Amino acid sequence: MKTFIASSPHVARVNRVDSIMLQVLLALVPGILAMIWFFGWGLLINILLAVTFAVAAECTVILARGRSPLPAIADLSAVVTAVLFAISVPPILPWWMTLLGMLFAIVLVKQLYGGMGYNPFNPAMAAYVFLLVSYPVAMTNWLTPTMLTEHHLSFTESLRIILDGSLPQGLSWDAVTSATPLDEMRGKLDRNLTMGEIRQSPLWGAFGGRGWEWVAAWFLLGGIYLLWKRIITWHIPVSLLSSLLVCATLFWAIEPQTHPFPAFHLFSGAAILGAFFIATDPVTACTTTRGQIIFGASIGALVYVIRTWGGYPDAIAFSVLLLNIAAPMIDHYTQPRVFGHGGKRG
Amino acid sequence: MLTAILAIAALAVLFGLMLGYSAIRFHVEGDPIADQIDSLLPQTQCGQCGHPGCRPYAEAVARGDDDINKCAPGGEATILAMADLLGREPVALDAEEKLPAVAFIDPERCIGCTLCLQNCPVDAIVGAAKQLHGILSKECTGCELCLPPCPVNCISMVPVTEEISGWRWPFPSTPLKETAKSQPERAAA
Amino acid sequence: MAVAHSLIANRRLWTFHGGIHIPDEKSLSNGAPIAPIALPSRLVVPLQQHIGAPARVIVAVGERVLKGQMIAEPTGLVSAPVHAPSSGTLVAIESHPIPHPSGLMAPCAIIETDGEDAWAELPPPMTDYPQLDPELIRERIRWAGVVGMGGASFPTSVKLSPGTDRHIHTLIINGAECEPYISCDDRLMRERSGHIFEGVRIMHHLLGVKQVLIGIEDNKPEAIEEMRLALAETDMHTYTEIVPIPTLYPSGGEKQLIRILTGKEVPTKGIPAQVGIVCQNVGTAAAVADAVLEGRPLVSRVVTVTGRAIANPRNLEVPIGTPASDLIAHCGGYRETPRKLVCGGPMMGFALRDADTPITKATNCVLALTPEESPAPGPALACIRCGRCAQACPANLLPQQMYWHARAKDLDRVQDYNLFDCIECGCCAQVCPSHIPLVQYYRYAKTEIWSREQEKRKSEQARARHAAKQARLERQEQERQAKLRKQKEALAAKAKAQAKPETAAKQQASAASPTETANDS
Ligand code: SF4
Ligand code: SF4
Ligand code: SF4
Ligand code: SF4
Repeated sequence: MKTFIASSPHVARVNRVDSIMLQVLLALVPGILAMIWFFGWGLLINILLAVTFAVAAECTVILARGRSPLPAIADLSAVVTAVLFAISVPPILPWWMTLLGMLFAIVLVKQLYGGMGYNPFNPAMAAYVFLLVSYPVAMTNWLTPTMLTEHHLSFTESLRIILDGSLPQGLSWDAVTSATPLDEMRGKLDRNLTMGEIRQSPLWGAFGGRGWEWVAAWFLLGGIYLLWKRIITWHIPVSLLSSLLVCATLFWAIEPQTHPFPAFHLFSGAAILGAFFIATDPVTACTTTRGQIIFGASIGALVYVIRTWGGYPDAIAFSVLLLNIAAPMIDHYTQPRVFGHGGKRG
Repeated sequence: MLTAILAIAALAVLFGLMLGYSAIRFHVEGDPIADQIDSLLPQTQCGQCGHPGCRPYAEAVARGDDDINKCAPGGEATILAMADLLGREPVALDAEEKLPAVAFIDPERCIGCTLCLQNCPVDAIVGAAKQLHGILSKECTGCELCLPPCPVNCISMVPVTEEISGWRWPFPSTPLKETAKSQPERAAA
Repeated sequence: MAVAHSLIANRRLWTFHGGIHIPDEKSLSNGAPIAPIALPSRLVVPLQQHIGAPARVIVAVGERVLKGQMIAEPTGLVSAPVHAPSSGTLVAIESHPIPHPSGLMAPCAIIETDGEDAWAELPPPMTDYPQLDPELIRERIRWAGVVGMGGASFPTSVKLSPGTDRHIHTLIINGAECEPYISCDDRLMRERSGHIFEGVRIMHHLLGVKQVLIGIEDNKPEAIEEMRLALAETDMHTYTEIVPIPTLYPSGGEKQLIRILTGKEVPTKGIPAQVGIVCQNVGTAAAVADAVLEGRPLVSRVVTVTGRAIANPRNLEVPIGTPASDLIAHCGGYRETPRKLVCGGPMMGFALRDADTPITKATNCVLALTPEESPAPGPALACIRCGRCAQACPANLLPQQMYWHARAKDLDRVQDYNLFDCIECGCCAQVCPSHIPLVQYYRYAKTEIWSREQEKRKSEQARARHAAKQARLERQEQERQAKLRKQKEALAAKAKAQAKPETAAKQQASAASPTETANDS
């Protein structure tokens, strides 16, 4: 036996970062499949591109620092970042924007702050916001859900759009793209249309946008899987969604003609995805239990505020980043009462 | 554009003035900083720092005449503590760190000359003229100042044996795979 | 039984924050009864097996000692004697590795046994203890060298004299045994319940408490059953209750158990007596019964020898001072080469460097773990701030924050996060997905802080001595100057009267100075 001084515990540990990340990826699969179903192959191409770029960027930076890149790649955190990014951006985003986004996320947001565990901002969301601010048009150019278009882009057609931006013969942009339901609603509300009129649009489904509602439902399933596997705790998703729901219900109850009904908020945009997969990124979220509830609830409220009165249609990314900044402070003021310490603290 | 630059320049000047004023206004009289530094030094009084004792070294550091990395007995811990106190960047030790040791007088050879005794900064040697001298190993700081004056070279340094009561858990040595900085300021203070 | 059941239904249990479920692995060793072990030819008895002042040796090297004879006496209030675990010759007092995470050596009495195992003359049993002065009983327990046998090894007699100003209302007997693998208390409760209750009765008498609660984790149904049956046979059920508690590590931690059973929290840096509670381990209770009712000092204990690397894991009754290797040999040796030999449980124990390390009063388990059970820890990853550690921490600390600061060696900030409330249970490290050796960081920080305090005291002392020496030198210099001045003045006065002053003054001055510094010490 070798002699060494190593502290207890002496038995095998129960978790491992890479297995956690793997579970997260697994939980994303149903939602991703639904997205591919509704929005075509472009999404898959984006995911593959983003993962390649992210892993390559991570390798390069770590090699440049004179370390072995393998362990960092093996923890799968870059893959998770890449996938989250790819499913947040339009499925026909030009490839170089994906590259730019991944460079921004991995090099600037993650590695420059010291790598895994040190980044104060969620890399995927930071990259998303960076691109949204820089290329607002491309970043809001969503595909029309498949059931609403005649032409279904094939794999190669999607690939060509992504690689050199050329549309298939005889197709116009208008034929394949449309605004997201959130976008559309904002636009029409600004033009003083009532909810009743807005809902006439073919983009509308049973309780959210056509297609979107099902994507969100599948992500919800993945999220529940994560909860069941104890990869995440309920605090952030539940507080986020309830605060969003409360805000939505309140305003809808007051003025149903100018405010969409609550389910629409939950099942549109990235609310579900954000609640279970993005806001729960441990590195950038709060770590205390009470902190997590405040963190989640604040994101939910901010999402509603930005969606309703802000300049951008969806707000998960902005809200998450804003709360990322506040996370250390929230943590500081929500420290638990330590065993044996009488008075209640914070 | 120009207004922006001007505004920022004005702000910079304003803050500079405020800083300068507060530096004068809140300047601390006396030399408590030297006291504070002295309290961080190990008090071995060995002179390895190039000063005749810990206190003079503390004063030199407080005046800015000497660097914070000269005290060998204090080692890394002392440098870190001083860097913390003075708000400076820690620097590598400018000497070799030694294992703690205490002086030992070979009773066979000691001629009782009292020379070592005069040199001991902490009076850790007991004895009188022409008598065998002994060292109070509890008080000895291991400064080695008693070694050179001994005419018969009967004093040697013996390493302090590590005792369970003073044992420290080693800093975990498993290398962190991927970390750059020692500690990002995540916890908002 | 019916009575007992209705009692459980009534007793409210509390919970503590965090805790973890881990495979208990107790079935490896809890099947077979406690067996005696062949007397080793050489016993290595550490002179300090307790918390507090070390014991002073009172027998000369070369003397014959008898089993149960005191070989070292306590030196302070918080101290405990050491007795010879068997008869033989005290051949040496020398440094030998003792069970300690450092693997360092400490003074031990080496006894070569003569195989007779002859008892020394023991004090008379105190069967009539309810009529005796409690002080006498405490003195007996102190004489017997009984210390906490759950691992803390705090002298029991001290714990049983909480002082008149503290009102103690509850005695808690710790039979939780929450650490995986260990089953010595389990077996003890199954086989020697009567003995345990005798000890409990004595402690109940000494403390004058209203109630006694015996907490046992519900993964030991046989022990619970046996203890209940034994209790029903005594007249103690009016104030004693067996309380099964949910299995959750670390419910056997003193503060956690008190919380579970009474809902009270022992204040930080405090002791249970502050909330009117005294907590003792079941093994300690049995040792108290031995001491008081039979006049037998603590010279042996039950040790679990287990782990998948051991051929036949079981519990052994072992004389103090037996080398761990003897225990392993008695259990059939190794089935396969262990990766780690641990003293204590897997969560809080420490690796033994040397299988010859002796068993002490505090050793409850010798654990030989196979590479599968205790895989080499992979390199730690960076903390991902997932908070799992904080969710698991029974002290409700923020282990990740303590880790940040401990790693940065910022010892002040670690203490801001209440480092010293950490009980080193290992829950945080166990659940950390980055496999950071969190507990070692805390242990490093704690021992570093203590040793810095020690160094600080030393350097304060050196400063004072240095200052004293300089003051003395200065004083001498001043005195010398004053003398010189006086002489000069005197000479000057003389010079006025006489004609040639210089030569005399010079002679006088040189005679006065050099000898002085040398002689004055
Ligand atoms: S080197 Fe350190 S211990 Fe020695 S005199 Fe200088 S300050 Fe004191
Ligand atoms: S005995 Fe020697 S080494 Fe020790 S303090 Fe005195 S002079 Fe220094
Ligand atoms: S469990 Fe480990 S990785 Fe998670 S917050 Fe705690 S120390 Fe960090
Ligand atoms: S070892 Fe300390 S910090 Fe970790 S879980 Fe236990 S009490 Fe909490």
